[in-house]
Amino acid sequence: MRDAMGWLRRLLDGPASLGYAVLVATTVVYFAVYTSNLGHLPTSFDFLSILNTTLPLVFVAIGQSLVVITGGIDLSVGGIVACCVAITATTVDGTGVMPFAWLLLVLVLGTLAGAVNGIIIARARVAPILATLATLSIFSGIALWVLPVPGGYISPSVRMVLTNPTIPTGLIWLGLAVVGWLVLRRTRFGMRVYAVGSDEASAIAVGVPAARVKVGVYALSGLCSALAGIFYVSTTTAGDANAGAPFILTSIASVVVGGVSFAGGRGSALGAMAGAVALTLVIDVIFFAGIDPLYQSLFQGLFLVIAVLLGTGAALVARARRGTL
Amino acid sequence: MLSSSSLDDEFMAVRATGVDRAFGGVQALRGASFAARPGEIHALAGENGAGKSTLIKVLCGVISADSGTVEIFGQTVRRVVEPGARRRLGVATAFQELSLIPDLTVAENLLLHEPPRNRLGLVRRSQLAATADTILRRYGVDYIDSFAITADLSVAHRQVVELVRVLATEPRVLILDEPTAALPDRQVEWLSTHMRRLRSQGSCVVFTSHRWREIEAFADRVTVFRNGTHVTTRDRISESEAVTLMSGRTFEGAYPDVTTIGRGDSALRVSDLRGGRLAGVSFDLRRGEILGVGGLAGQGQRDLFLTIFGARRPSGGQLSVAGEPVVVRRPRDAINAGIGISYVPEDRKAEGLFLPLSIRDNIALATLSRRSRFGFVDRGQERQAVATIVGRLRIGAGRSPAQAVGNLSGGNQQKVLMARWLLTDAHVLLLYDVTRGVDAATKHDIFELIAELAAQGKAILFYSSETEEIANLCHRVLVLREGRISVELDGPVRDAERIVAASLKEMPDA
Repeated sequence: MRDAMGWLRRLLDGPASLGYAVLVATTVVYFAVYTSNLGHLPTSFDFLSILNTTLPLVFVAIGQSLVVITGGIDLSVGGIVACCVAITATTVDGTGVMPFAWLLLVLVLGTLAGAVNGIIIARARVAPILATLATLSIFSGIALWVLPVPGGYISPSVRMVLTNPTIPTGLIWLGLAVVGWLVLRRTRFGMRVYAVGSDEASAIAVGVPAARVKVGVYALSGLCSALAGIFYVSTTTAGDANAGAPFILTSIASVVVGGVSFAGGRGSALGAMAGAVALTLVIDVIFFAGIDPLYQSLFQGLFLVIAVLLGTGAALVARARRGTL
Repeated sequence: MLSSSSLDDEFMAVRATGVDRAFGGVQALRGASFAARPGEIHALAGENGAGKSTLIKVLCGVISADSGTVEIFGQTVRRVVEPGARRRLGVATAFQELSLIPDLTVAENLLLHEPPRNRLGLVRRSQLAATADTILRRYGVDYIDSFAITADLSVAHRQVVELVRVLATEPRVLILDEPTAALPDRQVEWLSTHMRRLRSQGSCVVFTSHRWREIEAFADRVTVFRNGTHVTTRDRISESEAVTLMSGRTFEGAYPDVTTIGRGDSALRVSDLRGGRLAGVSFDLRRGEILGVGGLAGQGQRDLFLTIFGARRPSGGQLSVAGEPVVVRRPRDAINAGIGISYVPEDRKAEGLFLPLSIRDNIALATLSRRSRFGFVDRGQERQAVATIVGRLRIGAGRSPAQAVGNLSGGNQQKVLMARWLLTDAHVLLLYDVTRGVDAATKHDIFELIAELAAQGKAILFYSSETEEIANLCHRVLVLREGRISVELDGPVRDAERIVAASLKEMPDA
């Protein structure tokens, strides 16, 4: 019992608490807007559709928060997602084992693309924002070359496993993502990620291989983007080389809402995951409130600003109470 | 150079020969040599900027030498990036700029490389704190909470954690850069027992300190460095000779005479100030006065300085500057209050310097608005003002003010911080442990400057972790105890023991 209370307290005091609070608030608003407009509570079909549309962003947000915890930023997620969407939509169309082999290849390619970012940033010491802006262009270009016009197809057998439209297989993948993060947090690599983000010079001084940690983090972000690309194709059943672009801002927004510090060293991907789900819900709220989809980005932006202001406000109050410099 | 040929042949735990190293045009080491035996405690002495910290970083392999060789127990080492490799050599180093990761807990910092893991290779977070507690207890510092976020610890406790981190590896070569600068006497005693224990096990301990009595008490031999080169290595050196060897100058009288400085009207009146550890402090600081704040560590001295400067919210009490009541909510209010209040902190890395910026920019920062016209900075005037203060404080041994502050030694960085606040022309100066980690010659410069500022009519509130400095430099000394002034002594007290005695007696009720 005391353990359960401690667990709850850690959840509420933890770095991800902003993400959880925002997710709860958005869910309440979603229920209110939905029932007042449609006259009944959301159905299991609605939950399934939210789950399946939110998965790609959840994955990108995990990768992005890892990068941000090291004090960096990954703009190339848009390019890697686009590439992986294009490759998946043009290759994973058969039956039998082949589609899954192709999926594996897509994941490897995504990881390699991320590792390229990491090598440019850690070894050639290019600022993350510059390096990933450049590779964003490159990866987006490759995506267009693979799939010049929207189209493609995905094997139904793959779709049944990833984002089954009738049973919530997505929950399994979401659960695996959470477990994956918790495991990573408990590896030595996970500790080093925080060390590098908190104070890189000190980390190097005590012998943390900072360059290797960074390469690893960007590679993982690439892997997450590849997963996002696969799930994107699986949900929409087709590919589009421009599919990646929205993920750049929304993944960064998820990380911000999730309470991950842009100074590095603080935060949790769990918060960013909550932020990603909240951001998807906001789009549904806008839809059910009957607001013109043209204004979607306006409202998403407002949501982001308000969420962050609430978060910094809470932090300021806490700091004033502690009375530190 | 080590002249004696027997030394050259002797088997050494650590040996550096002809090491050169430059940082962005600053030659930190020139042909530097150093050798320490197994089973000895070896002190490395020198002014700020003499190259001690650089030599230490080369010895332990954090940076590489431009030329020259380093041997550990006869084995030549180059730059060692891998912590595992460094540990296999048996070298452990506590750095002056602490190498603890601020956002991690004490336990995570202690066990960053070898955390307790389960069969799957995952870190056992439940075991982390327990293992760290065992280590902390083994080294007798169980007063430190292993769950605490390192950034929230006091400077002294962070230093203790840093030392435990290196001691826990039970090294054959233990290198400590300024280990005692942030430590209260009790912890210095604690550290010395561990240094002696390692020596008795045949390990080699190399340490630097600016406190000569520590060097005399702990060290078997002393090496003096000046301007990046080896000056001498001996069994004993007297303090006065050492100061001359380190600085190349001679001094008369360690402290300036403050008795001749006349005192004027009230500059800062503090009435019943409360908040943090302060439980109602009142005093009156006059122009031309150097008022010392003494007492045992942690009796509210730091809260007093931060609260007056507006960096900490008081829960009660009033301030008046030059007779006018003022409300100080943030540092900006203090800087602009009446005749102006300045605060010079001790933790230069956390509270003030911008390492990539130049000496000039760092100094001019606090006075930017005063020298700007229509938003543009008057560079010519700025250059002149900075040049004057840089010369006055002998900052950076004649280096260009365009140098990045990050390239300077710790002591020189402290001087840059002082120069910044002196330029503001504030009339009330809060000097909080400004001589921490500063060498004797520089201290001398700083004391002279403080006396000169007082003679110009500035009011100075002075705290130092060296009680001796408070005893010799101050017109009056307030002894703080549990957030109140327990005794006020008229100065110069001269005898530091009187302040220590006053801190201990006069127990209020408890």
